[in-house]
Amino acid sequence: MKLDRIRNFSIVAHIDHGKSTLADRILEVTETLSEREMREQVLDSMELERERGITIKAQAVRVAWKGHQLNLIDTPGHVDFTYEVSRALQACEGALLLVDAAQGIQAQTLANAYLALENNLEIVPVVNKIDLPQANPGAVAAEVAELVGEDPERVLRISAKTGESVAEVLDAVVERIAPPEGDPEAPPRALVFDSSYDQYRGVVAFVRVVDGRFGTRDDLRAMAAGTRFEAEELGFFSPVRTPTDTLEAGEVGYVVTGLKDVSRLRVGDTLTSARQGASQPLPGYKDVKPTVFAGLYPTDSDDYPELRDALEKLKLNDASLFYEPETSQALGFGFRCGFLGLLHMEIVRERLEREFDLDLLVTAPNVAYRVYTQGGEKVEVHSPADMPREFERVEEPYIRATTIVPKEYVGSVMELNNERRGRFDHMEYLSEERVMLSYDLPLAEIVYDYYDQLKSRTKGYASFDYDVVGFEEGSLVRVDILLAGDPVDALSLIVHRDGAYARGRALVERLREEIPRQMFDVPVQAAIGSRVIARETIKARRKDVLAKCYGGDVTRKRKLLERQKKGKKRMKQVGSVEVPQEAFLAVLNLDGDKR
Amino acid sequence: MSTGGVRHLYVHLPFCSSRCGYCDFVTLVGRREDHGRYVDALLAELELEGPRLTSEVETVFVGGGTPTFTEPGELRRLLAALPAAEEVSVEANPETVTPELAALLRAGGVTRVSLGAQSFDERLLGVLDRRAGPDGVRRAFYHLRDAGFDNISLDLIYGIPGQEPSGLRRDLDEALALGPEHLSCYELEAKPGTRFTHAHGEELARQAESMEGYFELVVATLIDAGYRWYETANFCRDGRRARHNLAYWLGRDYLGVGIGAVSTVGGLRWRNLPALPRYLSALARGEAPPRELEPLPALTRIQERLMLGLRLDDPLPFAEVEEAVDPAALGRLEGLGLVERRAGGLLLTRRGRFLGGGVTAELLAEIPANNYN
Repeated sequence: MKLDRIRNFSIVAHIDHGKSTLADRILEVTETLSEREMREQVLDSMELERERGITIKAQAVRVAWKGHQLNLIDTPGHVDFTYEVSRALQACEGALLLVDAAQGIQAQTLANAYLALENNLEIVPVVNKIDLPQANPGAVAAEVAELVGEDPERVLRISAKTGESVAEVLDAVVERIAPPEGDPEAPPRALVFDSSYDQYRGVVAFVRVVDGRFGTRDDLRAMAAGTRFEAEELGFFSPVRTPTDTLEAGEVGYVVTGLKDVSRLRVGDTLTSARQGASQPLPGYKDVKPTVFAGLYPTDSDDYPELRDALEKLKLNDASLFYEPETSQALGFGFRCGFLGLLHMEIVRERLEREFDLDLLVTAPNVAYRVYTQGGEKVEVHSPADMPREFERVEEPYIRATTIVPKEYVGSVMELNNERRGRFDHMEYLSEERVMLSYDLPLAEIVYDYYDQLKSRTKGYASFDYDVVGFEEGSLVRVDILLAGDPVDALSLIVHRDGAYARGRALVERLREEIPRQMFDVPVQAAIGSRVIARETIKARRKDVLAKCYGGDVTRKRKLLERQKKGKKRMKQVGSVEVPQEAFLAVLNLDGDKR
Repeated sequence: MSTGGVRHLYVHLPFCSSRCGYCDFVTLVGRREDHGRYVDALLAELELEGPRLTSEVETVFVGGGTPTFTEPGELRRLLAALPAAEEVSVEANPETVTPELAALLRAGGVTRVSLGAQSFDERLLGVLDRRAGPDGVRRAFYHLRDAGFDNISLDLIYGIPGQEPSGLRRDLDEALALGPEHLSCYELEAKPGTRFTHAHGEELARQAESMEGYFELVVATLIDAGYRWYETANFCRDGRRARHNLAYWLGRDYLGVGIGAVSTVGGLRWRNLPALPRYLSALARGEAPPRELEPLPALTRIQERLMLGLRLDDPLPFAEVEEAVDPAALGRLEGLGLVERRAGGLLLTRRGRFLGGGVTAELLAEIPANNYN
């Protein structure tokens, strides 16, 4: 296909603004898929994605429209996947910026719009859901026009749900978005903007060809990773996998690599020919680093091998998932896992529980800390239990947080951000009613109960997004929880000195409520180093015996005892104290996010 | 007829004048017309199973229901047919005990009576649906003494909804004032599904915590009064332990006859089903009544030996139960001062006895999966 007949574009939107519905409608309008074949939200293939209404893995679909080849590159809608989004956008020349006609611009609308602008994309603003009774297309169109510097008249007004004006969207893609640039005669170069894992065929790379031409059976090389492989199959999605002999400059498609490990071909890498390859990779590759960490443990320690296998399988599909074995006295064998963010963590956890049928215990999430020891050494700490008790200083990751709220909640958001050690950056009126607030915050403050607080203090009207911007020194301490004098490694925390007492107290009180009385007094303490900052006592039980037992009920009483014994087995032994799984869950929940 | 080795016999008489709300035993209210047929059936079952007994039965226990509610003629006939034994116990409810009944028991060879006093508080007896008032309990006790019984046990229940610690102290004092040889003191168990639990469940849940103190109060008061706390819920003086029950706690074999009665002989336990008509008809045909069977693997019997033996104040010979004990747990519990080893025996300390359930559960070695049933 000639370059000037190709258009590559994405749809970017805040969650639930109708991106998937529009994608479905485009497949229908272009007759890529008959109505009979139409499943709702075709592009979101994973069960979990459909259920949560979000897209996790980007995919690309080729449709034909009035003599043009249009490649729709679907992008994940959430901040945790910013890097994937930006790679997907790099594969495009334009983006449809989709905004809900009732809700207007939201935090992710902004984040995605800025990402698209950074990638020099032509933005086609589209107001969706004009069929809703509470829709206000005029006002929202004005808001969007203001945001992207466009004439409000040029903002398309559609309903992806009813199909109204969807054809005009496709016309606008052809008219407004530039055809791809590239040299069809140069050595081949293609950007890997996503990949997935097929259990039979290995890693499948999603690529945008920039220069030259790729052919089936070509020997290829990933320029950043240095990985070599043969292109076993080339093709595109329509929306099912459709093999083709070549992929040419400007086109979007997939390459079946046969590689058995996604980490050997990362998003952002450049593919070229193994023999007469390009000398310069495409710009923008970076290694994505996890920002949020948590321990994952099987509820039943016998399930450890299953958890290990499940993580291996997930990792095949999700190169950004990081994990390493971890042993906790309290929780047994598990893994310390690193995630791109809280949503990524939730998704991994749900997939493990749902697709692999595992019962998991997830410790309170924490961020990565840079600890400088007294010897001047720098250590990256992913778990509070690994935090040295003595150190020179600690740095923690900071984010730039963007919050959009109706103006009456500005005070509440400021108050919350101040409580969370936030630094005000700036504030902007998006319209008369809605305000955008920008703050710098320690990421650790978001990880702990922030979303719940934001939601309740703004009655759910706030939209929130963030970007990690760097590390800063913080006045942080490690708080240990001790049961009968033994530290419970899984419950250690790293917190700001000012919040240490309150957090320690809350944990200790919760544990006293949750841990059943034992056969001896159990002190529950929170301590910084050797200094106890909070203490409670679980009083010993004074009676635990069956009232009577005679010949007629020996069997029943024995079974009661066996049940009691089995109950004990389910408990985790911490030093001399038996702690039921539920107690850990309750405490970890108190600490985690409860969205 | 007696050629077997079983030395302990239990006989179940299910009839009651009314059902007490907290009771979950196999009982039948009224049905006087059935008493005769039931005793016929009991005797038939005894005939059938008799060969399992030794010629020198040590103990017989007649329990219920309210054995003493049974038609006097039928009760007399039954007692006369039971094998002679060193201890023959009968359970009695105060309202059934008249001088005539006491004399009947005496003449029938009964050596020990267990009187269901439960409380000496008029109001609490009402809560329990008991028919006799406090005076009735005392009167029954003296009738038994007058008839010559020198081995009387009183049953007391504590933790009755509405019972204050001072009320429990009064109950214990009243009981002690009668000078019984033996006392059984039970915390009220609200068994799921009983009318009682339905009516008082919430109150019971509320007072659950203070119940710990009640148990301690019972034990301390009775020990102070010179009684031996020889089993978790049982106290005696002058060596008058309940020998029949002791047989259960020592893991001996026993034969039980009557509806709902349980027998344990060798590697087998069986329980007669509780339905009266099928019991009567089977035995009328000379057949064994319908039963539930439960095989008892050797290890299960050892576990039961441990569970029951630790309820006693006598050391449990360690060699007999070693197979069922988790040595690490034993060490831990010794360290906590809950278990003691003395002269080859295993013994709970005083505090350990209050926590006997938890201690035993911890002490038990992992139960192999194939041992569950």
